[in-house]
Amino acid sequence: MVPLSYYLVLSGILFACGVTGFLIKRNIITIFMSIELMLNGVNLSFVAFAAQWHALSGQVFVFFVMVVAAAESAVGLAIIIAVYRTRETLDVDRVNLLKL
Amino acid sequence: MLHLIVFSVFGLVCVAGAVNLLVQRHPINSALSLVVVMGSLAVEYLLLGAEFVAAVQVIVYAGAIMVLFVFVIMLLNAGVEDRTKGSGVALLFGIPGMLIGSVLVAWVLLEHSGTESVAVGALPGSPKVIGWLLFHDFLLPFEVTSVLVLIAIMGAVVLASQPGSVQPESAQPDKREV
Amino acid sequence: MSLSEFILVSIIKIVIALGILLTAVAYTVWLERKVVGHIQNRWGPTRVGPFGLLQPLADGMKFIFKEDLIPPHVFKPLYIAAPMIALIFALTSISVIPIGNWITVFGIHTPLEITDVNIGLLIVLGITSLGVYGVALAGWSSNSKYSLLGGLRASAQMVSYEISLGLSLVGVLILAGSFSLRDIVNAQAGTFWGFIPRWNIFQGQIVAFFIYLMAAYAETNRVPFDLPEAETELVAGYHTEYSAMKFAMFFMAEYANMITVACLATLLFLGGWHGPHRFGPPFVQAILPVFWFVAKVFAFLFLYIWVRGTLPRFRYDQLMAFGWKFLLPLAIANLVITALIVAWRA
Repeated sequence: MVPLSYYLVLSGILFACGVTGFLIKRNIITIFMSIELMLNGVNLSFVAFAAQWHALSGQVFVFFVMVVAAAESAVGLAIIIAVYRTRETLDVDRVNLLKL
Repeated sequence: MLHLIVFSVFGLVCVAGAVNLLVQRHPINSALSLVVVMGSLAVEYLLLGAEFVAAVQVIVYAGAIMVLFVFVIMLLNAGVEDRTKGSGVALLFGIPGMLIGSVLVAWVLLEHSGTESVAVGALPGSPKVIGWLLFHDFLLPFEVTSVLVLIAIMGAVVLASQPGSVQPESAQPDKREV
Repeated sequence: MSLSEFILVSIIKIVIALGILLTAVAYTVWLERKVVGHIQNRWGPTRVGPFGLLQPLADGMKFIFKEDLIPPHVFKPLYIAAPMIALIFALTSISVIPIGNWITVFGIHTPLEITDVNIGLLIVLGITSLGVYGVALAGWSSNSKYSLLGGLRASAQMVSYEISLGLSLVGVLILAGSFSLRDIVNAQAGTFWGFIPRWNIFQGQIVAFFIYLMAAYAETNRVPFDLPEAETELVAGYHTEYSAMKFAMFFMAEYANMITVACLATLLFLGGWHGPHRFGPPFVQAILPVFWFVAKVFAFLFLYIWVRGTLPRFRYDQLMAFGWKFLLPLAIANLVITALIVAWRA
């Protein structure tokens, strides 16, 4: 029997790792993967709370989060490919044409 | 007892994969650690009884979305990241800040959540029941997400196509008579 | 059944299943060489043992003794891991495939599969999706243009045909009402009018069977969809830079995938282990379902090999157009019609 808070702590650690990756990484694709990590942490929270409150709508919501993540990653990766074609780099620091 | 052991083992694998994603400098290693994280999360979902969600996690997330990521990394030939001034500053302030924040959140959660435990397979989410919910109570979000996915498909095809290859027929002058 | 008893029985079943699967892989190679040989009006292997039956043994020894070299320019961790990933996922899907009824051996009542999960079909689909990684990573880590092209083409092909594969199976699911493979087979028991068996292929899923057939040929990278590993096109595609044991692992993974697909087709469309089995002593009655299952899997594998010997291969753009523009709408149409008929009957 595992207390619910253990699941929530695991979800929090995954989310924190996702945010850290988003802030410290410079490669666009790795930043995108940190966003996916954050979404996964949140999914775990949803399923854990669904188990605690016996509400299956938590699991249905996870399904929707996954569908939205799929759509977002498809479009996001297409944008990354388009940026790579024009700027020839995958480093976010170098995509700075609008900088003063 | 066995529940706690299995939870801890796969929880440690999750956290190790997440930390490995941060530490690795080549994006392909980060992508593969993320696949490991998703696999162990699927096991955690199974422990909570959400079998359909676990299967969908493996099929959709680990088997399709991450394959897309690996494809793009292979296509664009992404190399090792290099250190810039901005990334050094972010490392210096970001990592301690995140550590302090997550320790605080973990402490609050562990202190104030009482002793509710979740049994193995606490809420069995069989495909039949989830399908019923999806098509009765959540029909509108289901249809809206399907339209969303359709828009995403069209957007991705247009954005990733070679410039000049997706044009309406009338825009191309007939160049054959030279 | 107590926990330790369950673990012991499971370990014994895993060992037996792996042994049978690996032997089946080796002898599928022998069968292919013989059948393709006869189609091409030659004998195939005949020298090693009677009818060349010890040829897989000779092949195995050749692979072990060959020099296992790692080219200097590859990305080492993934180069070594990719064939292992491909083989692990190819061998894992045998764990939810039932080959017969429940039997009682030495007082232990156990099903003839490693475990019966009630999302068995989803697990097989998930493992198929994960199998793409072996191919993609092999192609990329070899650091050579033929391998990269072959790996990208193979993974794009596998991902595209996975969709039609999954959709063709949904018709079967609607008819059976459960994801568990054992339940799906049990829904096909009995006969119509006493002699036509109630297999899903006769219950209206014939179109779904052909969609599944074609999607399965594309998933396992076999002719007519084997452009990613065709010798005349891309040297050898994603396994160009591999030699000896690692190449043998890819080889085994491909044939294990073939066997898994054949087992699934038998379970979902051809009635699994059901067949006339009401005759003979009780011992024979317990074993006869396994015999029917093996016979049907063998027929499906023979069809696989027969197609390999007969058809030319598709060009890559023809292949992708076929998957997206023909198979996918056909699978969706099959799903809609099946759902309408089932709803109308209810």
